[in-house]
Amino acid sequence: MSAGIVTAAYIAASVLFILALGGLSNQEKAKRAVWFGIIGMAIAVFATVFGPEVAGWSFMLLIPLMGIGAFLGAVVAKRVEMTEMPQLVAALHSFVGLAAVFIGLNSDIVGTHGLVGAEVSIHEVEIFLGVFIGAITFTGSIIAYGKLAGKIDGKALILPGRHVMNAGGAILSFILLIMYMGDSGSWTLYLMLIIAFAIGAHLVAAIGGADMPVVVSMLNSYSGWAAAATGFLLGNDLLIVTGALVGSSGAILSYIMCKAMNRSFISVILGGFGGPTGPAMEIEGEMVATDAATVAAQLEDASSVIIVPGYGMAVAQAQQSVSELTRRLRSKGKNVRFGIHPVAGRLPGHMNVLLAEAKVPYDIVLEMDEINDDFPETDVVMIIGSNDIVNPAAEEDPNSPIAGMPVLEVWKAKTVIVSKRGQGTGYSGIENPLFFKENTRMFYGDAKASLDQLLGLIN
Amino acid sequence: MRIGAPKEIYPGETRVAMTPASAIELQKLGYECLIEKGAGDASRFSDQDYKDAGVKVVATAAALYKAADVVAKVRPPEDIEIKRLRKGQTLVSFFYPAQNEKLMAAANKKGANLIAMDMVPRISRAQKMDALSSMANIAGYRAVTEAANSFGRFFTGQITAAGKVPPAKILVVGAGVAGLAAIGAAQSMGAMVYAFDVRPEVAEQIESMGAEFVFLEFEEEQQDGAATGGYAAPSSPIFREKQLEKFRELAPDMDIVITTALIPGRDAPKLWLQDMVAAMKPGSVIVDLAAERGGNCDLTVADKKIVTDNGVTIIGYTDLPARMAAQSSTLYATNIRHMMTDLTPKKDGKLKHDMKDDVIRGATVTYKDKITFPPPPPKIQAIAVQKPKAPEKTADEIKAEEAAASLKAGKQQTMLLIVGGLIMLLIGAYAPASFMQHFIVFALSCFVGFQVIWNVSHALHTPLMAITNAISGIIILGALLQIGGHGFIVTVLAGVSILIATINIVGGFMVTRRMLQMFQKS
Repeated sequence: MSAGIVTAAYIAASVLFILALGGLSNQEKAKRAVWFGIIGMAIAVFATVFGPEVAGWSFMLLIPLMGIGAFLGAVVAKRVEMTEMPQLVAALHSFVGLAAVFIGLNSDIVGTHGLVGAEVSIHEVEIFLGVFIGAITFTGSIIAYGKLAGKIDGKALILPGRHVMNAGGAILSFILLIMYMGDSGSWTLYLMLIIAFAIGAHLVAAIGGADMPVVVSMLNSYSGWAAAATGFLLGNDLLIVTGALVGSSGAILSYIMCKAMNRSFISVILGGFGGPTGPAMEIEGEMVATDAATVAAQLEDASSVIIVPGYGMAVAQAQQSVSELTRRLRSKGKNVRFGIHPVAGRLPGHMNVLLAEAKVPYDIVLEMDEINDDFPETDVVMIIGSNDIVNPAAEEDPNSPIAGMPVLEVWKAKTVIVSKRGQGTGYSGIENPLFFKENTRMFYGDAKASLDQLLGLIN
Repeated sequence: MRIGAPKEIYPGETRVAMTPASAIELQKLGYECLIEKGAGDASRFSDQDYKDAGVKVVATAAALYKAADVVAKVRPPEDIEIKRLRKGQTLVSFFYPAQNEKLMAAANKKGANLIAMDMVPRISRAQKMDALSSMANIAGYRAVTEAANSFGRFFTGQITAAGKVPPAKILVVGAGVAGLAAIGAAQSMGAMVYAFDVRPEVAEQIESMGAEFVFLEFEEEQQDGAATGGYAAPSSPIFREKQLEKFRELAPDMDIVITTALIPGRDAPKLWLQDMVAAMKPGSVIVDLAAERGGNCDLTVADKKIVTDNGVTIIGYTDLPARMAAQSSTLYATNIRHMMTDLTPKKDGKLKHDMKDDVIRGATVTYKDKITFPPPPPKIQAIAVQKPKAPEKTADEIKAEEAAASLKAGKQQTMLLIVGGLIMLLIGAYAPASFMQHFIVFALSCFVGFQVIWNVSHALHTPLMAITNAISGIIILGALLQIGGHGFIVTVLAGVSILIATINIVGGFMVTRRMLQMFQKS
């Protein structure tokens, strides 16, 4: 295959990738869009393998490697539980990061053949940048994976002087870059690699569990930039295009998540909550417990119900029971809908996927902005394992750590039922005045067990 | 201790203060329950029902008063009932202490402790024992059914084969509990409901019940109900004039008028005057819920249904709750039971008369030989004082703000573009041409990416991450290009990269497909 045809194939692949991403604008188109992505990828790989730049004998290596990789990928994709999606996504990010690091190191080993003047410097900057971003993506994703999979403590690790450490690492890396360009040898690159590994791990370790949606989308973005940097390094336009697409996608997701939490991107990335600016508002009232029989009766009487799921639903694996409850209530002619906050769960759109898995039809699953005005006309709101996203303190208490964050205004409904494990304050440790409101009833217990109890009473 | 409910002796009173259901709950509090023979008959609770609920049926009222430590009643006690009270006995009933001072003094002389159900403060915690509200609720409902009974037409507008029926128009004056209940009942029967109240804050409640608030154009600062514990206060003469003018305007149109306006401790204000009645169509109905206190309508006769010369029926029944005895007894008995729950914090069947408790203190009229009426104001206000609303912005102001915002956004965008352009120039000045070619591709791709991703549905963010994950596996191309030669280490590193990038590609695409398959429309 000539270089011209390879380029033509790359153009086709780029267009297909753009179509694949654009197709995600709605559920029906999306099913087709995946095929655009798959075909685009096939064209790109095929054209490269048969292109002029790949030596003939390397097939011997390529076929078994790609075969094993495809097999492993398929097994993982088949086996993974939908509740484990955040971990999987984080793990896959780390692969991209690691590949970017290896490719960067290889370029350093191969050296700067036939380049002159400014091209050499640019090439060296590209290597450095590719390795730097790749390394941060790699260790960051691994830590994120550990936190999401529960293998590492989810709490934010706050080291003294952590900002200084990060900044110091970045400055040191920059000095090493200058030295590398001044022909100080490859050791500068390797030292920078270690520093970048440390920065990546530390950055993510400092971010608490509740901010994970931002972290995952941020790493998504990084993995894209890593690919783009590699593209510059190798002078490969398809890599640049794809990397830029993925990078901007992740950046937008991070932006949306930050907006949904009313936090600045910088403050999330640098870790830790901004402490409260004053004493929290005093909460009046008491938590009133309720039982399955009462909740069942309330649901039977209600004509409109909104369910607000959160991470607790995923933890308890309660989505099937929620779906069954929804089905039964809907068959009685009740208007049952779901209200999804953008940061519910540990991954953007996590709740949507879980509900879809449990066969909840997607047209009754609504976004916060679509459903927030409907709460005053709603008879019963069921909150299943969510906390901060329904916290009225965000609107009422200017001293609350989450003040100004847009929340689902569930307390405006006639009755609010909160399914919750116990009286604790949840992931972020913020007291929730909702639980003390007059129209709120606490339905204690594991979400799945509670819902199964309800299913026993509602036929 | 023993709690007993006698048969009401007031003529026409059909309610009873204890039902079999409430008795079961009272027994859970540790009380022994007594009932006078036949006390529940008028509310359709037989003596046998009470026996089945574990209540002891006592033959006479005198025996009941003797045996019981706590007597629960509906109506204020008659003289003969006062005589039966003894020292230390507790009587729980409606009492209206402001109007019944003599009775109060007599009971105090006897040494009995009186708890007046009508004096329960209107705070959220006490709602469960607010018997006035539960009775008013019934009265409002009954007012509508009484009106429907006397009204010769449908409430709902209908178009039938036999002709068109216009909907009945109903005006409810005074949107307290009774008024709101009347609105609800009339609304659900299909009438067009209008409602008026002097307290501006209830407009929202009226609209929430589906009625239309009759708006009065009035400049003077209207007092909200917060200062008077949620009740209406007398209005100024000018306001009253305006109000009457409005009613006069509405009178010819209205088919049914239900008046519920009461001001605590005063005679009912006259709001529906003779000339308004005269202006109404024949067949119209007025139900005056304030009849007991003189009536809101000039022509109301208490306890009577009259028809005026121009054919307007005016209903002045004062016993509307008693006309629905089964319902009112059930609710009233529950209110009493809640009061007893608060009086028995340990659930040990022993009365603990805690005068520090706002609710109990408020409702207690005589205690330990002392008259304790009127109570001090409760510590908690019944309803929060309305915050003055920020003045509405005029259309011009909003427009100006929008213009300023868009100007600011425009400025920001321009600045961003200029800065971006300068950076490009800087890079262009130093970087070689080959780099700039790639850079064009990069910049445009970022731009396309931003445009495309904004349109992605929120619900598909997880599949978006999975698919971007898969296509970022494109990094495999880099490894493919390197695997060809340049020594062992390079080949190993490139080989590993190919392996993991393939996992990424295949795993990413497959999991995306799996997820998207799950999304189903109902």
